Amino acid sequence: METSFALTGKGYVIVAADTTAARSIVKMKVDEDKIKELSSHLLMAYSGEPGDTVQFAEYVERNIRLYQIRNLYPLRPSAAASWVRRSLAESLRSRNSYTVSLLLGGYDLATHTPNLYWIDYLGTSVEVPFAAHGYGSYFALSLLDRYHDPEASLEEGLATLKRCIDEVSKRLVVSPGKYKVKIVDKDGVREVEL
Amino acid sequence: MSIMEYNGGSVIAMVGKDCVAIASDLRLGNQALSISSNFQKIFPVTDRIYLGLPGLATDVTTLRERFRYRVNMYTIKEEREIEPETFAHLVSSTLYEHRFGQYFIEPVIAGLSKTPSGGVKPFIAATDIIGCLNFAKDFVVAGTASSKLFGVAEGLWEPDLEPEDLFETISQSLLNAVDRDAFSGWGAIVHVITKDKVTTRTLKGRMD
Repeated sequence: METSFALTGKGYVIVAADTTAARSIVKMKVDEDKIKELSSHLLMAYSGEPGDTVQFAEYVERNIRLYQIRNLYPLRPSAAASWVRRSLAESLRSRNSYTVSLLLGGYDLATHTPNLYWIDYLGTSVEVPFAAHGYGSYFALSLLDRYHDPEASLEEGLATLKRCIDEVSKRLVVSPGKYKVKIVDKDGVREVEL
Repeated sequence: MSIMEYNGGSVIAMVGKDCVAIASDLRLGNQALSISSNFQKIFPVTDRIYLGLPGLATDVTTLRERFRYRVNMYTIKEEREIEPETFAHLVSSTLYEHRFGQYFIEPVIAGLSKTPSGGVKPFIAATDIIGCLNFAKDFVVAGTASSKLFGVAEGLWEPDLEPEDLFETISQSLLNAVDRDAFSGWGAIVHVITKDKVTTRTLKGRMD
């Protein structure tokens, strides 16, 4: 099943999402990128109802870009999270709501802090030091409670992420095989191989 | 599964002698799974009014934004700050506007209103999810631990408590009530509002 994790550290946010695109019990694709690069310092991992996810992620992506073009500066992570949250909250009370779970990670260039937001389909948004969505969250969150360190270096952060992925692979029946891992820090977003 | 218990969380407000206190837990959960242990449910409205919004977390944020907008509009139009009594009715009518398709929130209001002689009078109120006001003289409770809060507060509260004693009373009431509730807890925040200042303290609770 779909799983995504994210954690903050000293000056960075790591976002990881599995790469399977499944329909019912069938894996349709095993190299799907479910982390969008919304701006130079903003990442968004999305999961949920197939169809809704890509549609909503692209809607967010284009609107974030539009703001940047209009105002000549990008939205800060907290502002982007507020906008995304409101979009989902308004969608929830409409005829057809988006069923999308998000992890929004960004580096705030004004305060020089990494920010991570946990957002669900209801429009619940909360800033957290680490987060997870999907069945993997039941294993990863308790691990992160034990091993997460907000002052950890990037290497230590990636090691903690590896622990989470390994634990989910070991204990979850319907565990995903591969993950895509992206990092955002003062230099912007980049993808890493675990 | 009740939507009111989906995210968990509780709020309590108490009256003291020329002061009021409002406190909440800090948990945000997804049913039994805790997501955050630092989710604020109490927001300042003016220097003298605080609003607690326990219930569905998406509506906590939505209503917080909505009340901020409406209070700002009131302040601009009236060229003065809103009084707690007026604000309570603003909360009530905002919720009743959504009578059919409610916000799943039970607001708690705590504030100090001005008296003609220049003093202050403590004010607390709570409403149900559709805005039925409850003006209490002693304390009001709301959220997933409300039944436990009623019991503890009933036992601990007494009239005319000074700010420090009121802080102790509300803190003990909240901490002991949320320990008996699986959906509330993970620390607490307490605001004590007096004539010239607001004291905010974050408390550690049982983290299990």
